[in-house]
Amino acid sequence: MTKGVFGVMAEFDSPSALVNAARAVRSEGYRKFDAYSPFPIEELHEAMHLHKNKLPLIVLCGGITGGLTGYLLQYFVTVIYFPINVAGRPLHSWPSYIPITFELTILFAAISAVLGFLGLCGLPMPYHPVFNAPRFALASREQFFLCIESSDPMFDFEKTKGFLESLEPKEVCQVAH
Amino acid sequence: MPDEQEVLEDNTTRAVIAPGYTFGTVTDQIASVVLTKHQPMFWVACFGVAFSLLLLFLWAIVLLMAKGVGIWGIRTPVMWAFAITNFVWWIGIGHAGTLISAILLLLNQQWRNSINRFAEAMTLFAVACAGMFPLLHLGRPWLFYWLFPYFPTTIGVQPNFRSPLVWDVFAVSTYGTVSLLFWYVGLMPDLGTLRDRAKNRIGKMIYGVMSMGWRGSAKHWSIFETASLLLAGLATPLVLSVHTVVSFDFTIAILPGWHSTFFPPYFVAGAIYSGFAMVLVLAIPLRKVYHLEGLITRRHLDNSAKLMLATGEIVAYAYIMETFLAWYSGDVYEQAAFWHRMTGPYAITYWVLITCNIILPQALWSKRVRNNTPVLFIWSLIVLVGMWLERYIIIVSSLAQDFLPSSWSLFQATRWDWATFLGTIGLFTFLFFLFIRLLPMISIFEVRTLLPQAKVEEEVRG
Repeated sequence: MTKGVFGVMAEFDSPSALVNAARAVRSEGYRKFDAYSPFPIEELHEAMHLHKNKLPLIVLCGGITGGLTGYLLQYFVTVIYFPINVAGRPLHSWPSYIPITFELTILFAAISAVLGFLGLCGLPMPYHPVFNAPRFALASREQFFLCIESSDPMFDFEKTKGFLESLEPKEVCQVAH
Repeated sequence: MPDEQEVLEDNTTRAVIAPGYTFGTVTDQIASVVLTKHQPMFWVACFGVAFSLLLLFLWAIVLLMAKGVGIWGIRTPVMWAFAITNFVWWIGIGHAGTLISAILLLLNQQWRNSINRFAEAMTLFAVACAGMFPLLHLGRPWLFYWLFPYFPTTIGVQPNFRSPLVWDVFAVSTYGTVSLLFWYVGLMPDLGTLRDRAKNRIGKMIYGVMSMGWRGSAKHWSIFETASLLLAGLATPLVLSVHTVVSFDFTIAILPGWHSTFFPPYFVAGAIYSGFAMVLVLAIPLRKVYHLEGLITRRHLDNSAKLMLATGEIVAYAYIMETFLAWYSGDVYEQAAFWHRMTGPYAITYWVLITCNIILPQALWSKRVRNNTPVLFIWSLIVLVGMWLERYIIIVSSLAQDFLPSSWSLFQATRWDWATFLGTIGLFTFLFFLFIRLLPMISIFEVRTLLPQAKVEEEVRG
């Protein structure tokens, strides 16, 4: 029965309905599901336990790499590769390295924030089964969707569909692969 | 439950956006500016003028490449003149965009949601215009990569990392890159909206590719929110550092009128001052022409005007302190530099600058002036002129008359100086109107979060 089916999708009219549905789905025991909304909903992230992700760590690593790159680059150039003696001043003139070290820290951290964001989201992904749902184009406009995926161990087409219908959605539909 | 503050505030003038919008109508109104075949005459006219100025810019660049920087009025000792004045002016204008998109996001100022998109675009295009000037000023712009260290070097030397001019290269290129990334990440959900709403196939394809397959998943939104906050946190110190480094270009030199310790905060305040003036210059006609008064409300204009006034007061304080310190330092050269500014060959420019930047903007204290959009528009233009003159005075008057009277020489702008400057205004306007035509100028998803319907009503369940 679940062959060729990505999942079952329910459509809701308001963010509150979606948040309540997400809570109910989770407390029912489903884990492989996702909600789709036209804007970020803080309460939804809580309902789905989405508050932790690895992005801050990725950005920290990017920032440290950038800072080290900036400092070591300047050290290498001014002390080892191209030393110039200006009136006997020290070659390792660290105060003047600070602006570039700072800029490269920010640059690397920002680039890793964006790449980390794309990587953690698995984007770019031009095709995804949820786009097959007939009314899904409204997810970027005014409607709210929740899709329980067939890869969930508890997934049983009829039962899951029945369960979603009990949450008073506007519509429930099947999502093909 | 509405909080007390909201109840106390008069809803008709203080609301962030006008009442009566739904998720659908907000989406339609903003997307319809892009997804249509018809453009108002305003767009066609502005785009036409901008394109003509862009052609003038290209002409000026071709001539510059052929003949060299001598076509500009730069002569010893005033070797920076228009090029660096324009650079500092443009980069300053960009700062308000980052302030709105990053600092106000961190401060949870929700009114920013409907002006941040075009303000960020403004930042991006202003940085692009700013970047033109140091590049063209190089004399041989095609060798610009000499500014960066590369190995093995083909020129036998390396950049001098002890020079603020090299810091500037890193600061401005980082600023441009981070602004672009921040802007693009914020655009992705709206590009998804345009993909779903575009009628023709090519539009669907292009917006589809650009949105990278954004589907509004809650898992993505939560990472998106983290990414936005982190990028805002990174952009905040960055924007302060950029104009600080720009001011280092001056303060680290020992020239009288440049060598001072308070340039960094003074430059940052000036940057935000001129940036908000540009935000108002862009917002006032746009909301009128595209009937966006419900989304960019009086409150936005009022808040921007207040920020402009506040930063303007910091700038005024800086002018007073600058003059006081010149006198108090007891340094004859410093004193002479300021005396020359006020009474010398550039005295008229100096007093026009004081009028534009300090005296006239005091009118913004009045609520009537802030609420009168045509007046506010003209006042913003005055501030933009004033801030351009400020940089001109700092650069030209200090260079023209330094320590040795025998090396003094005045600067005369040539028509190519003006052509290049007007040309970048053309480039800016051209890019900006292209942006308005092709991308949503207001962040659709962020405006949706402002609607009362977006609030989740908590319902106690079992």
